[in-house]
Amino acid sequence: MAYGTAAREFYRNELVGIRNDGLFKEERYILTPQGADIEVEFPEGAPVKKVINMCANNYLGLSSHPDVVAAAHDGLDSKGYGMSSVRFICGTQDTHRELERKLSEFLGTEDTLLFASCMDANAAVFEVALTPEDVVIADRLVHASVIDGIKLCEAQYDSYKHMDMKHLEKKLQQFADKRLRMVATDGVFSMDGDVAPLDEICELADKYDAMVMVDDSHSSGFMGKTGRGTHEHCGVVGRVDVITTTLGKALGGASGGCISGRKELVELCRQRARPYLFSNTLAPVVVSASLKVMDIISATTERRDKLEENTLYFREQITAAGFDIRPGVHPIVPIMLYNAQLAQDVARDLYEEGIYVIGFFFPVVPKGQARIRVQLSAAHEKEHIDAAVAAFKKIGEKYGILGLGKKEIIEKFGN
Amino acid sequence: MADELKDKIREYVVDEYVEEGDDVEVKDDTPLITGGLVDSFSMVSLKLFLETEYDIKIPDEKATAEAFDTVNAIAVLVREYADV
Repeated sequence: MAYGTAAREFYRNELVGIRNDGLFKEERYILTPQGADIEVEFPEGAPVKKVINMCANNYLGLSSHPDVVAAAHDGLDSKGYGMSSVRFICGTQDTHRELERKLSEFLGTEDTLLFASCMDANAAVFEVALTPEDVVIADRLVHASVIDGIKLCEAQYDSYKHMDMKHLEKKLQQFADKRLRMVATDGVFSMDGDVAPLDEICELADKYDAMVMVDDSHSSGFMGKTGRGTHEHCGVVGRVDVITTTLGKALGGASGGCISGRKELVELCRQRARPYLFSNTLAPVVVSASLKVMDIISATTERRDKLEENTLYFREQITAAGFDIRPGVHPIVPIMLYNAQLAQDVARDLYEEGIYVIGFFFPVVPKGQARIRVQLSAAHEKEHIDAAVAAFKKIGEKYGILGLGKKEIIEKFGN
Repeated sequence: MADELKDKIREYVVDEYVEEGDDVEVKDDTPLITGGLVDSFSMVSLKLFLETEYDIKIPDEKATAEAFDTVNAIAVLVREYADV
């Protein structure tokens, strides 16, 4: 046994450092299926509390949808529990390929390859697509998994200021001598809910002969008129070369992700992507349920329409209540509190009021930009949203922050 | 006394990292990385700029967060490799 004093002390000290920095994460145990109304035990051993969930990525409310759950049961019966193999040995069922075809059809792409997660898809795509002769230029606020994927590849990498097209153009000019150029961005950024200007990005990509890669995890299933994603929202379906996305948010919320896009690149990923080659893919039961999800969202836009209505209603009501929010159209609604302690205090008090939200602060968001991130769902009814707004109002009054803007909140609480 | 190297580094940092609406003044001892203005991911463009501008190669092991944390520190690093 080599787990001696030095190792133990080192890990203990790291944990103490995390606690002292106020960054220690504790899990809250949810005792019910995922949904708008959940029961939570927090902290461990505390009495179970019924709360309204306003912080899940369950955008379409499909996580516990009865048809999806029934499809999972059917899948378990007809396809078994596990495959005990990676895809290319004996881990591919007909339904895996069927799901890939349905995803391609839905996203408007040429081909799709499933991964165990979108984190895996992002870890795979750059390493396969790019070589040391190439460059990837990413928005500075892309998801951590995109950054990790970029760091795993051998290409030159650089970044541009968040959604700053002039800066992106400058970088594309700077790297004109590279063999291949790829611009990488999130479709929707998870902390602000802001939407990447994919139309402008595609224009610049055309002008400077660059590929476009979009992580659309916070969009697939509901952004755009028929829910295809940010590329539909921005009117560039067919012009984004690579989309990575997740089945772990709007699309059922269990697990899994994919690379979807140009067929040669997807095929090359099937041949070379390490997270595909050296890991099992989605469990059969998740595939069966995901096929049902694709059927539901392909048949009707009812759920994304309801999500849009809920988002609009909450944004109007919370603004009228006097909160400072980031404007936008996305169901991620950042309630800006600027001060880290205030964000944590407000989140804690809201939990006591039966509203489950989380405070975000540095280093997850920039210093002085602490907030509570509310996420709407098609599973929310008007009553849920009204209850949430009422609780926000009550706690807002307690801290005297209603009607205050950034300057006034910072004057009162610091940043 | 004016220090052209530091001026150039500061100018690049402001142009490359300060976003519109940011209330940030970059001084020679302003912490760039620990202060949250530059992260380890976007730091690469600064390294690339220095290498191109001064025709030097900064080894990856030298391009640490500490070495890039202030204009002063960056100037010291550059002067290890360039006579400026």
